[in-house]
Amino acid sequence: MRPRSLLFWAGVATMCAWVLVPIWLIAAGAIGGRQGVFLWPKSMLPPEFTFSALAVFLRIEGVGKALWNSVAAAAMTMAFATLLGTPAGYALARFSFRGQNAYRLLILLTRAFPIAILALPLTVAFINWGLYDTTLGVALVHTALALPFAALVTSSLFVGIPRELEEAAWIFGCTRLQAFVKIVLPLALPGIAATGLFAFVISWNEVFAASVLTVRERTLTAYLLTVLSESPLHFRFAGGLVLILPSVVFIFAVRRYLFAMWGIANR
Amino acid sequence: MAGIAIENVRKSFGSMTALKELSLNVEDGEFVALLGPSGCGKTTLLRIVAGLETRTSGRILVGGRDVSDLPPRERKLAMVFQNYAVFPHMTVYENIAFGLRMAKADRTKVERQVQRAAGLMHIEHLLGRHPGQLSGGQRQRVAVARALAVEPSVLLMDEPLSNLDALLRMEMRAELKAVLREAGTTTLYVTHDQTEAMGLADRIAVMHGGRIEQLAPPMAVYRTPATVFVGSFVGAPPMNFLRCQAADGAVAIGALKLACPRNSGEIVMGVRAEDLLPATAGTGLPFEVRVVEPLGSHALLTGTAHRQQIRVVYAGERDVSAGETLHLAPIAGRICWMDAADGRAIEGTT
Repeated sequence: MRPRSLLFWAGVATMCAWVLVPIWLIAAGAIGGRQGVFLWPKSMLPPEFTFSALAVFLRIEGVGKALWNSVAAAAMTMAFATLLGTPAGYALARFSFRGQNAYRLLILLTRAFPIAILALPLTVAFINWGLYDTTLGVALVHTALALPFAALVTSSLFVGIPRELEEAAWIFGCTRLQAFVKIVLPLALPGIAATGLFAFVISWNEVFAASVLTVRERTLTAYLLTVLSESPLHFRFAGGLVLILPSVVFIFAVRRYLFAMWGIANR
Repeated sequence: MAGIAIENVRKSFGSMTALKELSLNVEDGEFVALLGPSGCGKTTLLRIVAGLETRTSGRILVGGRDVSDLPPRERKLAMVFQNYAVFPHMTVYENIAFGLRMAKADRTKVERQVQRAAGLMHIEHLLGRHPGQLSGGQRQRVAVARALAVEPSVLLMDEPLSNLDALLRMEMRAELKAVLREAGTTTLYVTHDQTEAMGLADRIAVMHGGRIEQLAPPMAVYRTPATVFVGSFVGAPPMNFLRCQAADGAVAIGALKLACPRNSGEIVMGVRAEDLLPATAGTGLPFEVRVVEPLGSHALLTGTAHRQQIRVVYAGERDVSAGETLHLAPIAGRICWMDAADGRAIEGTT
């Protein structure tokens, strides 16, 4: 093997290990039984192979409801972020307006604002509006977190679609809206879908806002944080695995579109 | 059928003026080419006619109807874009049918018109394919067929052939001309390629710096350019321009003496490279050959005459070599006299 390709494969191996080893350790903790967790040094295969921890975990009071809340909040986040972010991205891509660059920066700046500072005022506001301790409230905060990504990613999608395609549609009888629906949307749809799934994952993984803004209607992450801090270690691993798996599966499912929208050649 | 009237259209982007108040009439069924270097405003003008760009002032009439403030879809015209702009997610058939479907034409009409347009452009066998599976030339044919399918009274074309290779371009040029003549479509055609404009157009509008320098049939533009710019932009090689001194209504260069429309002062003599013929030594214009380029049917000579660089198309029997001095005489009546100060043709001299 030539040194260059050796270096390349070493890099690939490091990247894979970086991602896969922690996931494997969590999975091993979850299915390795009570002894497996405390075993040191760790063996490649866990000493036993049991789903009992997972089963017990899923039967814990409230996990089912939290799971449902998480799915609902993530689905709403996906819908809101896509429906609000796509038009914003289109405007950024197609229209030149005064303060366009400032607007672009402003979108990113919403992410620079630490949510910890917003927690208290948000809680007060949500109580006043009747949004406190509701899944909708959580979804709204998560939408605010996912929206910058949605707007910027869809904007780069639309930039990649030649303006002439739309102009041709106008010439041949389309209104602006018709041209968007008939020409631009079908071409951008895979990317928009990926953006939506990305928003789903952001919401699914978010724990801070969900913990602060809910008491009974917890999402899975927030629920696990409170419940599992008192549980035996292998239950915590089981909870962790349940949390990780959906995101990993999602990202894996849409990886082609993620590559496409980040400008990496689509293979 | 309809003509296009462009009346006093002006366009500025902020402080930059793209089009200086400009008027142009395209007759019903006529083919007019907008010819000029990049940045001369020709594409901007076409886009204003199409409704894709707003004008700063002036009016656009299509078939006598003021369309200035109508959106593109209500202007009843078709357009072919430089990068084709064929819809990648539709089959060739659906692409060609797009305009008809938008106009809510019935099924039999769509079928008939699509087949006819595809037949004109020789792409019947490609109707089921997607544009991704086509070559550049085939996509261009689809774009033209899409425009022809709606049977437009007015067709706008924005450098439609510039992305094709030379051979394909020549083939498409001939086909376009035949198809459009047959259909009697009023066409406004933007190009920076003077051979394309010469070959296709009934009249050429040569544009420069946001204005039309000359509007005339191809041969008139070629033979009698209205300005020095037109003469040097149209034709390959460009027209030769020699600055000379007039005295007593004539100029004398070497042994050549020609009557000119100025009594005194500087004047510019414009003459095409092929309009300078070899003359016997001691008469005519002395021309010192520096470079000889044999081009088959003729040789292109570059050299100096009257201390200025000129080019001569030489079709004589004898071989010419660099360093030689030839004597040239212009064909009578083929000289264009230009004002030395503003570069415009002097009226009534040709």
